Amino acid sequence: MMQEEVNEATSVLSVYGHTIKVTEVLQDGDTLTFIIVSQKLSGTGEYHVDRTYEDFEWLQQHLYAQEDVPGLQGVIFPPLPVRPQVNASAKVMKQLGFLGLGEWQPYCKALETFLRQVAAHSILKKNKTLEVFLTSTDPPGRQKLRRNIFNRLSQAVEGLWKEGHKDVDEFFHTERDHNLVLTGHTRTAAEKFLDVVLTEQKIAVACGHFAAALHICVENGEDPEKKAFSRVCVKLSEVFDSIKKNMTSIAVNDMNTLGLGLDLDSRYLEAEKEMLFRRTCKLVELENARKNAERAKPVKKNAMEEVKKAAEGEFEQICKVAKQEIVQLNQERVEMLQKNLIQWCEQQLQTAKEGADAYNQHLQAFIAMA
Amino acid sequence: MKLGFFTQRYCTVEISHRCLRTQEWRTSRGRCSRPPFLIPSLPPGTLSLTTRAMASSSDRNPPPFSVSEQSEPGLSDMADGDSDDGEDIFVSNSFQNHPASVSRGVSQPEVAADLFSKAAAAAKPNGVHSDDDDDDDLFAEAQADLSSDTSGSSARKDLSTSSGFPSARSPADLLPTSLEQLEEEEAKESFDVDVAVTNPEKVGDGMNAYVAYKVSTRTSLPMFKSKVFTARRRFSDFLGLYEKLSAKQSLHGCIIPPPPEKSVVGMTKVKVGMDDPSSVEFVEKRRAALERYLQRIVSHPLLLQDPDVREFLEREDLPRALNTQALSGAGFLKMINRASDAVSKMTIKMNESDSWFEDKFQEVDMEEQQLRKLQAVVDSLVNHRKELCVNTAVFAKSIAMLGNSEDNTALSRALSQLAEVEDKMEQLHQEQAGSDFFIFAELLADYIRLLGAVRGCFDQRVRAWQRWQEAQSTLQKKREAEAKLLWANKPDKLHQAKEEITEWETKVTQYERDFDRIGMTVRKEVLRFEKQKAKDFKRQIIKYLEAMLQSQQRLIKFWEAFQPEAKAIA
Repeated sequence: MMQEEVNEATSVLSVYGHTIKVTEVLQDGDTLTFIIVSQKLSGTGEYHVDRTYEDFEWLQQHLYAQEDVPGLQGVIFPPLPVRPQVNASAKVMKQLGFLGLGEWQPYCKALETFLRQVAAHSILKKNKTLEVFLTSTDPPGRQKLRRNIFNRLSQAVEGLWKEGHKDVDEFFHTERDHNLVLTGHTRTAAEKFLDVVLTEQKIAVACGHFAAALHICVENGEDPEKKAFSRVCVKLSEVFDSIKKNMTSIAVNDMNTLGLGLDLDSRYLEAEKEMLFRRTCKLVELENARKNAERAKPVKKNAMEEVKKAAEGEFEQICKVAKQEIVQLNQERVEMLQKNLIQWCEQQLQTAKEGADAYNQHLQAFIAMA
Repeated sequence: MKLGFFTQRYCTVEISHRCLRTQEWRTSRGRCSRPPFLIPSLPPGTLSLTTRAMASSSDRNPPPFSVSEQSEPGLSDMADGDSDDGEDIFVSNSFQNHPASVSRGVSQPEVAADLFSKAAAAAKPNGVHSDDDDDDDLFAEAQADLSSDTSGSSARKDLSTSSGFPSARSPADLLPTSLEQLEEEEAKESFDVDVAVTNPEKVGDGMNAYVAYKVSTRTSLPMFKSKVFTARRRFSDFLGLYEKLSAKQSLHGCIIPPPPEKSVVGMTKVKVGMDDPSSVEFVEKRRAALERYLQRIVSHPLLLQDPDVREFLEREDLPRALNTQALSGAGFLKMINRASDAVSKMTIKMNESDSWFEDKFQEVDMEEQQLRKLQAVVDSLVNHRKELCVNTAVFAKSIAMLGNSEDNTALSRALSQLAEVEDKMEQLHQEQAGSDFFIFAELLADYIRLLGAVRGCFDQRVRAWQRWQEAQSTLQKKREAEAKLLWANKPDKLHQAKEEITEWETKVTQYERDFDRIGMTVRKEVLRFEKQKAKDFKRQIIKYLEAMLQSQQRLIKFWEAFQPEAKAIA
């Protein structure tokens, strides 16, 4: 049944990619289920589907394993967030970073971004699996595909020594160096920003405690001095509730804009790094093929030449796609960061103004107090 | 109305004392738990009437007494409706055989004509008291007056005839009268003394080094030698001042502001070097605390009068205070708690007849615990803010590095600007943390110590009571001894016994007076303290809010400046 759906000649996505939303996350014990909604192109309504992380992984694997797509290895694949964990360990929380905050709202946003990026990618959106993923009422198959050249583990095992392999192309040489530096800095910036946000949350909690603790100082009594002091305590408690609200807002703004932005940027740069690595691996393969062809004995010469030609062809394709991808990524990165910075600034400005108003009101109330 | 002394355990007593500040005589009433057979042998005329005369000359404005009803004999218009008793009282008063024509003090009874005469000259009819409790007061007055006429044990009856005075009325109900009066007096006090503690400077080297502070005073009070003057003092000088003040008998019952605590760790750091941030913070914290300490002292009317305080502020070279061991370590509160324990271990338990003190003591205890809880929360808040400073600075650096490695120039520049904004925010957070700390944390710490001082003066009162009780029991023993000697007929020993009795009678009187005086002082001090506390907290909160508001305004400016930079990224 699902096979039929995959073989249908739907080469175009039947929903508007930019309308994809991960609207909800349901928790059942340790399992998280995400509700995904998208608007039909036909304008006749929406698709509602529920998916788990395994389903997302299934989608990703299928994207990696596509055949007959020239230069597929040159694609910078939209990064899927790390597997979420209910009651995560400290290590997992660190890995999740911003995506582990809140009640999975940032995580949902990251999944949403992933789907939208896939739907917007000129090569990837042609894959039928996305359509199935977004529209099929039954969850797509959860069997792992046997062959996966993009398995990260295998890449690591294959030999990181290749990472340092000298390049033949100036453009790529620069890009590899640049990517290395940027990836490191972005990841650091994201981590440090997360520390800032976590501390802001701690301050908000402490303010809440103070506001609550002040209420124990409030006493009922006729004594005018006691009443005066109680009034002071009550009003001060309100002040700290305001401060808590303000701090919480600041943290939420940080999280939703710059936090998510830095997180996405960092993951995309990692994805670029992986792509560049794949290309480098192909380069090594090509150079080996050339050597083999040169050294081949006349018997094997033709065969080696064939292999060499194939490798050259593939490599060329990959480089072509890669270049496009890189240019696009660099442009999109800047746009994305700009958008986030503007949004961040606007939201924080708004919060700061609201805070100033609130504090001013409290100040006036205190001054007016007898 | 019971003349019999056995039915009455308590009696109201009017206590007069001389206000240390204004040198005026003041009156107050209290309930004493003295055994019926003891009567203070007060010199005639010291009580109320003279006081009333004096008091009425102060500028209080008592509400109009129902003067028109004064002409009636008896007390049919007594507010509390105990008219029967009232008449009884007057009847009893006239055991000196004057028919009661005493109304509420206007038509002076002949009975105490001489006593009233002084008052009559100067006193308005509704001279002293400003509220409804006056009725009872008057009775008490009359009784006390009468008692002062009589001597010895026979006079005890009149004191116990406070029966017209409903025994349900506790002194707490009466006292508000005088407390209100005291409150008015407080309001009139304006202190024209400003002190500041500034310029901490390290003096000397190595482990003998210490920090000297400049104490500047500005005043218009004539008791000081000049209007503006300074002196250099070190920390142990401040501790020494406290030691001197807390030892003074005359200041017993007063809430003497406690000095900041010693800190071996802090001082060692400073001795090593005053440059690192934690030393700077420590010195600033101490300087501010010393300033608040002095400000509290000079705003206390009694303490300001004290010659030791004056000497501390004025004198060029102060002799070194050596006896500050008591205030070492966790210092002050430990000391108070130890003293408290000693008091509670004393064998004679205080029979608290005045629930005000017991209630207040419980309140103070509870309040101290509440403030400690608040202090814990504030401490954690301050720590988080400091953490935020550090994290913001680290983030700013990471953004700067990111900006440097970006190709896109506009993005690069925006990120650099962001790094600068974050640096400025770190500054803000730093100030915010300082604000939290210096405004709230230190305020709470000060008040926890002050509450300890309040507990201390309650203890002083208990000790005074104990001393009095012990004297009474000694007197009793002496009397018994005398009785024995009488029976055994040993005239020469008898003479000595009589002398001792007189001596102890004087002591009993003295100690009772001390006890009453301390009680009055404590009540007055507690009232003042509570007022001061509400004011202090309110003032600090306003300061805090103003600082917060300023922070917010600056934050708004930072974001507004950054906005165009963000938009300029292309």
